[in-house]
Amino acid sequence: MNSGIPLEYYLIVATIMFFIGVYGFLTRRNLITILMSTELILNSVNINFLAFNRFLFPGKLDGHFFGLFVIAVAASEAAVAIAIIINIYRRFTSINVENVNELKY
Amino acid sequence: MADFGYTVWILIVPFVTFIVLGLFGMKLKARISGLTGTLGLAIVTVLSYATAFRYFLGAGLADGIYQKIIAFNSTWLTLTDRLHIDMGVLLDPISVMMLVVISTVSFMVHIYSLGYMKGEKGFERYYSFLSLFTFSMMGLVVATNIFQMYIFWELVGISSYLLIGFYYSRPSAVAASKKAFIVTRFADMGFLIGILILSFTTKTFDFVTLTDLNGPAITSTGGAVFLGMSVMTWSMILIFVGGAGKSAMFPLHIWLPDAMEGPTPVSALIHAATMVVAGVYLVARMFPVYYFAAPEALQIIAWVGAFSSLFAAVIATTQTDIKRVLAYSTISQIGYMIFSLGVSGYGGPEGLGFMASNWHLFNHAMFKALLFLGAGSVIHAVHSNYMTEMGGLRKHLPITNITFLIACLTIAGLFPLSGFFSKDEILTAAFHHDKVLFAIEYLVAGLTAFYMFRLYFSIFHGHDRQYDHTPHESPATMTVPLIILAIGSVFSGLLPFNRLVTSDGAPFESHIEWSVAGPSLIIALTGIAIAWVMYRKENTLPDRLASTFKHSYKWAYNKFYIDELYLFITKKIIFRRISQPVAWFDRHIVDGTMNGIAWVTQTVSNRIKGLQSGQLQQYGFVFVTGAVALVLFFIYLIK
Repeated sequence: MNSGIPLEYYLIVATIMFFIGVYGFLTRRNLITILMSTELILNSVNINFLAFNRFLFPGKLDGHFFGLFVIAVAASEAAVAIAIIINIYRRFTSINVENVNELKY
Repeated sequence: MADFGYTVWILIVPFVTFIVLGLFGMKLKARISGLTGTLGLAIVTVLSYATAFRYFLGAGLADGIYQKIIAFNSTWLTLTDRLHIDMGVLLDPISVMMLVVISTVSFMVHIYSLGYMKGEKGFERYYSFLSLFTFSMMGLVVATNIFQMYIFWELVGISSYLLIGFYYSRPSAVAASKKAFIVTRFADMGFLIGILILSFTTKTFDFVTLTDLNGPAITSTGGAVFLGMSVMTWSMILIFVGGAGKSAMFPLHIWLPDAMEGPTPVSALIHAATMVVAGVYLVARMFPVYYFAAPEALQIIAWVGAFSSLFAAVIATTQTDIKRVLAYSTISQIGYMIFSLGVSGYGGPEGLGFMASNWHLFNHAMFKALLFLGAGSVIHAVHSNYMTEMGGLRKHLPITNITFLIACLTIAGLFPLSGFFSKDEILTAAFHHDKVLFAIEYLVAGLTAFYMFRLYFSIFHGHDRQYDHTPHESPATMTVPLIILAIGSVFSGLLPFNRLVTSDGAPFESHIEWSVAGPSLIIALTGIAIAWVMYRKENTLPDRLASTFKHSYKWAYNKFYIDELYLFITKKIIFRRISQPVAWFDRHIVDGTMNGIAWVTQTVSNRIKGLQSGQLQQYGFVFVTGAVALVLFFIYLIK
């Protein structure tokens, strides 16, 4: 039944993706890139869900459901975030987070 | 009982003119604002006279005794059920008499100032302050309770301060106003403590209750004793300290001569006729309490008054600034009044001193205001305060000359001018009380005549000096008040004070006691004669006398160094020994602690405020780093 690719490989890919996402989230100043980074983080989690479901509970579908759930949340989140980003762009003609600091003072 | 409710307008009218002139005076023409103030005072004067006529001619009488009438009263501040501070109008012989005195002198000063202050910067401010003063002084004399009196007492203090410092660009005026305020304020602290003790003992502020012969103040003998005197005596002494400060009694007299820095009409109104007699009025107001509950305090009052009158008279003989001579003369005359209260008894002919004191107060207000206004007229003409720069002015200032002469004769106590009658009654009262005090006052009567005529001869007679420009008589706005006040000085001696203003309200018979009055006339004439010899024609006699009695002359000329003594005590002892260490402690220990706390807070927050940048990504970085660190910690270090 095992196709030969061990669980660790999945986890390594997911971890790499997760930290790429975190790195991008923390370092980028472009809102679109930050949004893309969050998508990476979410997808790395999806990989984990599916991999664990596949290896630990092969007969069950809980992991799949969670994966679908995350995809749905990610899609709506992307829609909302992009709407906000478009509004910010109209307001500031920029999507650099450092320019968006009017509420700070 | 007749309705005297309208008397409240005596207070409201000047207050309204004060507000109007104070707020809108800048927008009015100077002349209009002056006339507004004068018109307000005219209304007050009419009301006061109407009140006095109605009160003395029947409305105040009941069973042959002048009653205390509460014309208006409203509770202002309730402390307890029995102890409350009211604002009201109390009419009795002395307050009605004071209404007449204040309104007359104030009205004269208002008219006079139209001429004297013409063209001065701040003319409307001057009139607004005058209105404030009149309001406060009226409120003081009609006070129904001692606390209302205290409030208005402070108000006259502040108006005096404002008016002394009227020429605020002159440093000496500013210093004088501060001095007057601080000295009187210091004395008022005694007054306030006295009020508190008195109200604590008697549980009332009300004058009618306090002076009631069966009231708590007089019947509550005994009680606690402190340093050999009862608490009542102490409180009455402390109250008198306040009165002595306002009335410039020794040793709190130092502010009055300096207060002459103010405009001359102000000196006439505040520092001669009205405010400075507030102390006399206070003692007269509380007289039954003094007489029955605190006879020791009355003894002190008599001695303070007698000593002040002698002390000030001696200084007055050596001063050369005419306003200062008049200031010391004022102290001396107020000393007379205070002394007269001190030797008075209560009820009927026993209360001769009380009656004489109020009579003298009335006469003194007239002739001393006249003297000051006359001096103002002279200063206006010559532009100098020093009598050494004057002489022979009788040709240039005929009206001022005659009115001034009348005032000098009045204060010297020559028959039949008003000063003669009141001074004679005072001396008679003293004669029956204490022979030593009597002798002092006799001496003062001679000194008074001497220094007043020294002043008169130096200004109006003597060598005719060369002036920069020929002095000319003052305008009618200034001479008319002089004439009116001169008439008042001459005839106020004919008022039947023994029927009107007495210690218990009941009239009594008194007559001139020639065995006392005769010698007092002689001593006054002697004083005038000596002044005539020394100053009528310019000669070297005064200088020779001064050099013969070099040391005593120098002491008197320098006012017995009382000012220097005060300066020594305040600067060398209080400032250096007490204030400076306290200031050091405050600046270094108290402030240091506070500043230290603030410094620590500021430094720490400066260091850590970078953490809160508002950058979400920075927070995220910290969070992730922390999470990773925790994970590594739990995985590898804790097995």
